Amino acid sequence: MSRNSGLALTLAVVLLLPWLLPNNFMLDIAVRIALTSIAVIGLNFLMGFAGQISIGHAAFVAMGAYGCGILISRWDWPVIPAALVVCLVVSALAWLIAKPFLRLKGHSLTMATLGMGVIVNMVLINEVNWTGGPDGMPVPPLVIGSFAVTKIIHWYALAAACLWLCCLLSVNLFDSPAGRALRGLHGSEIAARVVGVDVSAFKVRAFVCASAFAAFSGVLSGHYLGFISPALSSFTHSVELTTMVVLGGMSSTYGVVLGAALLTILPQLVGGLNGYEAVLFGLVLMLTMIFLPRGILPSLVLLLKRA
Amino acid sequence: MADFAQFLFSGFATGAIYALAALGFTLIYNACGVINFVQGDFLMLSAMTTSALLMHGVNYPGAALAGIAVTVLIGVVLYQYAIKPAKDANVVSLIIITIGASIFIQGMVQILLGKNQQVLPSFSGDQPLSIFQALILPQSLWVLGTSAIMVLACVVFFRFTLTGKAMLAVASNKLAAQAVGIPVHRILQLSFGLSALLGAIAGIVAAPITTTSYDIGLMLGMKGFVAATLGGLGSGTGAVLGGLLIGILEALVAGYISSAYKDAAPFVLIIFILIVMPQGLLGAAPRERV
Repeated sequence: MSRNSGLALTLAVVLLLPWLLPNNFMLDIAVRIALTSIAVIGLNFLMGFAGQISIGHAAFVAMGAYGCGILISRWDWPVIPAALVVCLVVSALAWLIAKPFLRLKGHSLTMATLGMGVIVNMVLINEVNWTGGPDGMPVPPLVIGSFAVTKIIHWYALAAACLWLCCLLSVNLFDSPAGRALRGLHGSEIAARVVGVDVSAFKVRAFVCASAFAAFSGVLSGHYLGFISPALSSFTHSVELTTMVVLGGMSSTYGVVLGAALLTILPQLVGGLNGYEAVLFGLVLMLTMIFLPRGILPSLVLLLKRA
Repeated sequence: MADFAQFLFSGFATGAIYALAALGFTLIYNACGVINFVQGDFLMLSAMTTSALLMHGVNYPGAALAGIAVTVLIGVVLYQYAIKPAKDANVVSLIIITIGASIFIQGMVQILLGKNQQVLPSFSGDQPLSIFQALILPQSLWVLGTSAIMVLACVVFFRFTLTGKAMLAVASNKLAAQAVGIPVHRILQLSFGLSALLGAIAGIVAAPITTTSYDIGLMLGMKGFVAATLGGLGSGTGAVLGGLLIGILEALVAGYISSAYKDAAPFVLIIFILIVMPQGLLGAAPRERV
């Protein structure tokens, strides 16, 4: 599938979906999938392209949501500057974390992200004056200029547009020199270094981009949900994001969106996971890696090509 | 001053637990380059199994032995059915598998044994001893003693037994080890079993002080990893030293600064250490094989 036909197909799907979905409940799920996908597409830069694992990514989503929520409700900032500042600050923080850990060989970054997730969760729970503590805090509705986005169909339009743009960015990155460098170091760091790729600089960039996407997804999700709690930065949420990337297909942009869709729809089908989410995510992670290491979409594409 | 001694002692006991977790990490990391996310869950699993058996009227030594046996079995099963089948996979896939296994184990324990915190009875009473004006639980001495014995046992195992030497050989070069007739898969299986054993014993000895619940594995595993990295990933002595340092730092932060943020202290420390000494305290200079 060429780059343009994939993007055209995605565009067609997001344009047709509102007419195909029978009710607002389905539309709500579509919006959730789109907003989660933005974070997952970002995470894919790090995991799929560069082959680094993050299991604290929900921390960036939560920082985006809380940061924007606090700036808007406490200091009356308008949405767009607040979102920009929050994404920049989160990226800067990601850079600070990634820099020392990515100098090490092996996968210390994985543990660093886990630690960061735990610390962010701790701060959100303990700093009650700022974040509302364990009870969470309300986020005012999204107001762009003088237009308040409240109707579900408007939210769908916004989320779908952002998702499509993120797909565009991701697909372009995949084929760009930077994308090739990242995929190269995923395959073999030494080989990448031999052909002149600054391995740790590229890893840091991938991590910073991933965190910016996550923060952006958090900003939108916070406004959409209207209420945020420390659960947003929980380990379970981080693992959920990671599972989406692994299940859908690492390094495939549409694959990870498929992963996000599957793992968002599945709990709805079985009427909530009721405490079984850990077992499910754990099993999905293990089984995918053992039997379908490429993930669902790339494996399907391979199967179709062979047939 | 009495406060300081108090914090130091309690930090030393917690540090000994982290040291054992770190040692388990180092074992598997050396053997196959994988950061084993299940390490912390080994500590949780043995303590939770023991407490469940105690509630069903099994006597303490029997329950503890069963808890250790179950954990070691799960360590070996993890290698046999999750790591080995994916043998052609790269390290990233293997790490994701251990993350999956860790979450899966936590989920199963939560469903089978419940979400509640469990506490094991102390081995020899709860009457604190007074040393240098600081009060010490007898259980802390058990923790320190057991850790010291296990660290010594590891040293003896790697230095004086053929199996231990074979494990070191596999760690330094899998292909070469295979060429001289070392059963690599058996050795890898053994290293998973051994690190599960270290974790299981640490879990039971620590549980009377720390209490245990299905999700403590995460935190213990992370602290263990921070300790292993602090000491220089791959170095056994470094792992023990790192564990003790982390434990003491945490106790001091909890005592003098803020108990809410004591769990954050190790991570802040490790970031600084990595900026100043990227190889950790006792890590070897980086060498890479192509």
